[in-house]
Amino acid sequence: MIDTAKTLTLNNSQVQIADERNLLEVARKAGIDIPTFCYHSDLSIYGACRLCLVEVEGRGIVAACSTKPEAGMVVRTHTEEIRRMRKVAIELMLANHDQNCMLCPKNMHCKLQSLARQFGIDTVRFKRTFHRRPVDRSSLSLVRDPNKCILCGDCVRACDEVQGIGAIGFAGRGASSSVVPAFGKDLADVECVNCGLCATVCPVGALTPRDDVDAVWHEVNNPEKKVVVQIAPAVRVALGEVFGGHPGTIEVGRIVAALRAIGFDEVYDTSFAADMTVVEEATEFIDRKLNGGVLPQFTSCCPAWVKYAEQFLSDLLPNLSSCRSPQQMFGPTAKKVLPKKLGVSRENLIVVSIMPCTAKKFECKQTKFQTDGVWDVDYVLTTQELGRMIQEAGIRFNELEPAQFDMPFGFKTGGGVIFGATGGVTEAVLRYAVAKIKGVKLDNFEFVEVRGDQNIREADFNIDGTKISLCVVYGLGNARKVADMIRKGEKQYDLIEVMACPLGCVGGAGQPVTTDWAVRRWRADGLYDADKQLQLHSAQENHLLTATYDEYFEGGVGGHTAHELLHTTYHNRKRIQGVSMPVSQSEGTPALQISVCVGTSCFIRGSQALLQKIVEYLLDNELSHIVSVDATFCTENCDRGPTVCVGEQMIFKATIEDVVKVIKEKLAEVKT
Amino acid sequence: MAETTSRKFTRVMGILEENNHDPARLIPILQQVQEDYRYLPEDVMTFIATSLDLPPSHVFGVATFYAHFTLIPKGKHIIRLCDGTACHVRGSEHILNALHQKLKLSSAKHTTDDMLFTVECVSCLGACGLAPVMVLDEKVHSKMTPENAINLIDKILEVESGGVTSAENEKKEEAVA
Repeated sequence: MIDTAKTLTLNNSQVQIADERNLLEVARKAGIDIPTFCYHSDLSIYGACRLCLVEVEGRGIVAACSTKPEAGMVVRTHTEEIRRMRKVAIELMLANHDQNCMLCPKNMHCKLQSLARQFGIDTVRFKRTFHRRPVDRSSLSLVRDPNKCILCGDCVRACDEVQGIGAIGFAGRGASSSVVPAFGKDLADVECVNCGLCATVCPVGALTPRDDVDAVWHEVNNPEKKVVVQIAPAVRVALGEVFGGHPGTIEVGRIVAALRAIGFDEVYDTSFAADMTVVEEATEFIDRKLNGGVLPQFTSCCPAWVKYAEQFLSDLLPNLSSCRSPQQMFGPTAKKVLPKKLGVSRENLIVVSIMPCTAKKFECKQTKFQTDGVWDVDYVLTTQELGRMIQEAGIRFNELEPAQFDMPFGFKTGGGVIFGATGGVTEAVLRYAVAKIKGVKLDNFEFVEVRGDQNIREADFNIDGTKISLCVVYGLGNARKVADMIRKGEKQYDLIEVMACPLGCVGGAGQPVTTDWAVRRWRADGLYDADKQLQLHSAQENHLLTATYDEYFEGGVGGHTAHELLHTTYHNRKRIQGVSMPVSQSEGTPALQISVCVGTSCFIRGSQALLQKIVEYLLDNELSHIVSVDATFCTENCDRGPTVCVGEQMIFKATIEDVVKVIKEKLAEVKT
Repeated sequence: MAETTSRKFTRVMGILEENNHDPARLIPILQQVQEDYRYLPEDVMTFIATSLDLPPSHVFGVATFYAHFTLIPKGKHIIRLCDGTACHVRGSEHILNALHQKLKLSSAKHTTDDMLFTVECVSCLGACGLAPVMVLDEKVHSKMTPENAINLIDKILEVESGGVTSAENEKKEEAVA
C-alpha cells in the first residue's frame, strides 16, 4: 500500500520515501543506479563528482547525493540535459587521467572505465591536461598512483572518518589539487596503518594493494625451494567471487586444488594457527583475569590495529595481547616443524600466506618476525592476487575437483575458521575459556551474543561466578572511541576484540573489491556455515594442534618455546618520519645537542614547558652559543615521556633538574 | 641566532595558547606563525598539528589551499606586482621584467639568493584605478613604471648595505613628493 503523503515521482513511477537520506538512495531502492564516484553510504556526503545530477521540477538540476527526498517531488534521472552533463563530467575526468587502462591494476574493475563505456564515450573533446607524476611504491601494502586519481576524496574521508587517522588528505587547490600524505611524503613515512580501506573505496586505480605475485611465481618455479602456503579463513568465502561465484560460497576445496595446480608443495590452513592463537590468547586472558593482570586485554590479530595502537595508544600497549596473529604463529611453527618432515633446509623452505588483508604484507616484514635471520613468513598474497595467479595459470577454477588440505597444519576446528568475521576471535576464545573454567565440554558451542553487524558491541557472561565483560569493535575510529571510554573510566571490559575492516577480515582490502554490506554479510555467514559443517568447534579439541605442542613446544601452551615463537612485544611508533624543529641553535657545530620530544604523549606530559625551561637555562647560563636544542616528534618511548635526549643519553620522565644535571656532566666531558 | 630561534618557538607556543589550542582556529594560527617565520616550515606545521590534535595532512591541506600561505621561505622584502587585467594592459609585464632582471629572478625563481627580496605576481589587488600597482612590504605604490620600481629596490639596497638609514630614505621620499 503506497502512502501518497510520503511518495515522490521518479521518472514515471511513484516511489515511497522511507528513511532514505537522499535522492540517490531513493533511486537505488527503486532499482535505478544513479552514477556516482564520491557517494558512499558509510562516509560523509561530499558532492564533488557531479555525476549524480538529477532534475527536480521547480528546482532545476541538483546533486542527488546531497538532496533530501521530499513528498511530492518530481525527479528525472536521465533527461537529455543530464545525460549531456554527465558525459561532460566523465570526459573532463578522462582529460586529466592516465588513460593506459590495460596497464592499470584496476583494469576491468574501474568505475571510471565502466562509466565511460556505459555512456558510450569514444572521444574526449577537451584538451589533455594530464601531467605524469611519480608513483609512490614506498608502502609494503599499498601503491599510490596519483596519475589515476580523480579527486573524489573517498579515500580521504574513509581514512579520516572510519579509521580516524587522516594519513592522506587534499593538498593544493584548483588544477593543482592532489591527494597526498602530509607534506607530500611517501605513504610509508606517515601514520598509514596499511588497512587498505582507501583502496577498497577508490573507484579507480589511484590506490591499490601492492602486487607480489611475480615474486611468489619465482619461488614456486624454483626447484630448490619447497614452497608451502597457508590460507586465511576469510579467503575461502570470497575467492569464488573472482570466478563468478556468489559471495559467501565456501570454496576451500577448490582453493586447495588450485594451489596444488599452481605448484605449491604443501597447502595448509591458517585456521590451524588460529586455533593456536585461541589457546595462547585465552590462556593469557584467563591468567590476566584470575591473577590480577592488566585488563582489558585487547586482541592483536589485526596488524592495522596493532600499528594504530603503537602510534596512537601508547598508554594501552600493555593491554594488547602478547600473542602474535595467526599468520605470524603459523610461520615460525611451519619453519620449526616442516624442514625435517619435507627434507629441506630452513632457508629453502618458503612460507606464503593468502590473506584477505593488505596490512599482513607489512606485518610479515617486521624485523621482529624473523627467526635466526630467516623470515617467519616470506610472502603475503591477497585474495585478489591469488585469483589473478589462478587466472594466469589458466586453471579453470569452477571445474576443479575439491581437494583436501595437507596435514598436520590443514586440520582445524570451527573456532579457527570464524576468526575471519567480526566477533569471531572473541567467540573462539569464549569457547575455549568457558570450557576451561567450567572444566567440561560445551554442549552449545555458539555464542551468538558476540555476533552481529554493529560496529561496537558488548556482551556480558557469568561463568560459574566469574563475570566477563566483552566488547567487539571494527573500524579503528570506533576502537579509538572505546579506548577513550576506557581511559576516562566510563567503561570497563575484560576483553576487547578490534578489527580494522568492515565486519572484520571478510571485509578486508585484499578481498575482491566491494563496498556492499550485503556481500560482506554473506561472506561472514559463509564462515559461520563452515563452522557448522566442521565436527569440532573449540580449539582445545584440535588433536593435531595438541600433538604439535607435545612434540615441538617445550613447556606446552604458554610455555618457553611458545613465548619465543608465538608471542611478541610492541613498541611505540612515531607517526611521521624525518621532522625535528630547531628551537635554539649554537654558533657553528654545537658542543652538545639536546632533543626534547614534543610528540603527543610527551606533549600531554608537559614537554613544552620543559623545553622552555631548558632554553631559559641555557640563556641564563650563557650556554646557548655552544648548545643546540631541537624539538623532535616522538622518540618511540611514549610510555616513559617526557623524553629528552642530551647528547647520546636518553632521559625518561625528565624534569628540568634531571636535564640540567646531565647537561653539566656532558659539558664537563666535552671540556676534558 | 640562538635567541631568535628560541624566541620564535616561544612565539609559536604563545600563538597556540592565545588561540586556546582550538583546531577551528587553525587558519589564524597559521597566519600568525607565518608572520614570524615568513613561511610555514614543515616542522612547525607538524608541531601545530600535534598541539591541535589534528592529522598533519590536514594542516598541510589548509596551508597549501590558500595562496596566502607559503611553504618556502620568502625574502625579507616582499614585492607583490599586480598582473590583473587593468595593470596588465598598462604594462605591468615591463615592470616584472625589469624587477626580474635587476634581482636575477624569473617566473620559476621568486626569491633572491641573499633572501632579501621576493617578487610575486598577483591577479588583482583591487586598485585598478591606480594601475599598474605594486605593493612593497605592505605599502601600495601606484602608477608604477619600470624605472620607479628599480629606484625603490635601489633605496632598499642602500639601507640594507648600511649606506643610509630607512628614516633618511623616508625623508628623501617626502622631499620628492
